[in-house]
Amino acid sequence: MESSAFFSMRLSLQVAATATIFIIIVGIAVAYFLARKNFRGKEALDVLFTLPLVLPPTVTGYYLIIAFGRNGFIGKYIYDLTGWSVMFTWYAAVLASFVVALPLMIKTTRAAIESVDRNLINASYTLGHSEFETAVRVILPLAKKGIIAGAVLSFARALGEFGATLMLAGNLPGKTDTMPIAIYSLAAGGDWEQASGMVLMLTVMAALFLYLANRYSGKVV
Amino acid sequence: MGLSIDITKRVNGFYLDVSWRIGNELAVLFGRSGAGKSLTLQIIAGLIKPDSGFIKSGRAEYYSRARNIEIPPHQRSFGYVFQDLALFPHMTVRENILYGAKGVEQKERMDRLSELSDSFRIRGVENKMPSEISGGQKQRVAFARALIRRPDALLLDEPFSALDSPLRAEMRAFLMQVRADFNIPVVLVTHDVYEAYTMPDTLIFYSSGRVVQSGPPSEVFGIPATEEVAKLVSSGDIDPGLNAALRELPL
Repeated sequence: MESSAFFSMRLSLQVAATATIFIIIVGIAVAYFLARKNFRGKEALDVLFTLPLVLPPTVTGYYLIIAFGRNGFIGKYIYDLTGWSVMFTWYAAVLASFVVALPLMIKTTRAAIESVDRNLINASYTLGHSEFETAVRVILPLAKKGIIAGAVLSFARALGEFGATLMLAGNLPGKTDTMPIAIYSLAAGGDWEQASGMVLMLTVMAALFLYLANRYSGKVV
Repeated sequence: MGLSIDITKRVNGFYLDVSWRIGNELAVLFGRSGAGKSLTLQIIAGLIKPDSGFIKSGRAEYYSRARNIEIPPHQRSFGYVFQDLALFPHMTVRENILYGAKGVEQKERMDRLSELSDSFRIRGVENKMPSEISGGQKQRVAFARALIRRPDALLLDEPFSALDSPLRAEMRAFLMQVRADFNIPVVLVTHDVYEAYTMPDTLIFYSSGRVVQSGPPSEVFGIPATEEVAKLVSSGDIDPGLNAALRELPL
């Protein structure tokens, strides 16, 4: 049992870390466009990316099954091409965590980018730097604290992801049972002792990450 | 060299319609707040797109509605000093200045940095952050950053407005030195009557988005073209220093 708890912890960290890498890349790009560009449907796009924050994770999971399931509108092409489906693999847990935690990154980063002084951005342009150079050398460094806070929050959220992960990756012991899923199984099976150990560990980790996120985001504005 | 513009721009009910041309001289855009002076500067720099007209600097045409030319701001050769200076808070003084040296070869940029550090009296603070240096030093760093690329013209959007009186006087002298050293068109936006009278070669008087009079300051102050200009240069409602300045006028 000890080793399965260790497996769940390692899997949770692995899933959350992998999801966070993608969240940082996609989150910064989306947040930048939402913060700096004006285009038709911008707010609709913001709503779309924010929805997983408020929808029940099971609903998000349901949509992901429709998209990435073996017969899903994306999943079926992947399956036809490779004979492989993301469903019930640890990649599915990454996908679920990515989608559910991405809004936290986008919201925090967008606010941080929007708070960068407009004159500093204009100054960079007048000093001969293109929009891309300005983003890399002025906007993102000045929004750094918000970006770090967003990444930490997203990591914490990914670590605790349960509903969408369960629907997409299932509960396969030794394969897809992340900590939250293992806790559910243990509690359902009456193993309160083992469950409380994991609950405590997750709580401490979540509190630590929230503390870190606050430390950074407190200095953003 | 020289700078000539003919632009219109409608923004939220305000209509800017101005046309002027200057040589390698110091021109002051003068008028009440909201007359369109800063807007003009932002349009010249390419930060705001005009509705029509043209912007030419030397042989370069940066904007022309008729010829469908619109050069983005980072490809225009203007040094711009903002009212709040806009020094990058995450960069040292040296990094701030070198950030302006885009496209300058490595050895040359170090030579220019060294030269500017001496002539602008910022030697010794190069490794400090902008928050650690004095108001006057910040001003000079902003000028060094704007000039290290050797721009075709210098645009100054009320850079001295936040300074106290002694420092303001020092910076005016500094600007006159810069103007003499660089020999490029310098456009200074101000609503300070003392600066408008004492500093420019050409005074361009703005009112409600129009140029109502331009010429040497003694001419504009001496023979106001309209009642409005006369009222503004003599009413004392522009700046507390107005009356003192007017007393010094050789009228």
